[in-house]
Amino acid sequence: MELWMKIGSALLLGTMLVFLLPRAKHMLQNSPKAGEGDWKAVLIPLALLVLFILFLITMIQS
Amino acid sequence: MSNQNISFTATQASVLSTSKVLKNTYALLSMTLLFSAVMAGVSVAMNPPQFTGIVTSLIAMALLWFVLPKTANSSKGLYVVFAVTGLLGFGLGPILNAYLHTGNGGQIIMTALGGTGIIFLALSAYALTTRRDFSFMGGMLMVGMIVILIAALANIFLEMPALSLTISAVVILLMSGFILYDTSRIIHGGETNYIMATVSLYLSIYNIFVSLLQILGIFGNDD
Repeated sequence: MELWMKIGSALLLGTMLVFLLPRAKHMLQNSPKAGEGDWKAVLIPLALLVLFILFLITMIQS
Repeated sequence: MSNQNISFTATQASVLSTSKVLKNTYALLSMTLLFSAVMAGVSVAMNPPQFTGIVTSLIAMALLWFVLPKTANSSKGLYVVFAVTGLLGFGLGPILNAYLHTGNGGQIIMTALGGTGIIFLALSAYALTTRRDFSFMGGMLMVGMIVILIAALANIFLEMPALSLTISAVVILLMSGFILYDTSRIIHGGETNYIMATVSLYLSIYNIFVSLLQILGIFGNDD
């Protein structure tokens, strides 16, 4: 990647960071706490998602 | 008895309003995805220079942060949503062209597209059928986004392929979390504006597609 494109990309990501930081802080302070079984309900579909992506990788390699 | 009637009517109205937001969100999301795909096709045909993606993303981001919040409650918001999604779609052109010039680029793009569709439909169906409240994930997802943005910023200059692959994998997981979070917010009345809901879901789908394209490109490219 050329230097000016790197600078452009860095500018894009830097701007996103500046805008997201206050929102992240607010959401971190105001998000409700997870109840019993809540994380399990998220981790199971995400584990299936990882398996699906591995399947796509093997499919593209074959 | 009269209090029970009022409470029942209020609940009914709330359910109706939620399903209306959901219906409008999916209708607008379908249209914006189609428009975005058309714009990506136009961009592929025009073959613009590599920096197009950065420029269109910067303009789309400016529209998202400065214009959309002021117009989201009016019909003008629809124009902004189409402008944002059109720009992001057009910005995909140079990336898609780069893949199309490799041996199995077409197959990689179609697999990433199909994979993204399946991921979105499966996660949405999961959130809609379980009707679970995923609002507890909000803080964690935003912290994850901040960490990944810092890593991506560092990797622009470090240029480490392993870090790039890790970032793409984590982005897919984070965006999948955002799909659950956003869908659950619509179901539970946390998001009542279908324009804002559409933009959130569109960005998750867009990021999953780009990251999946990168992962499949790394593992599946013959060149």
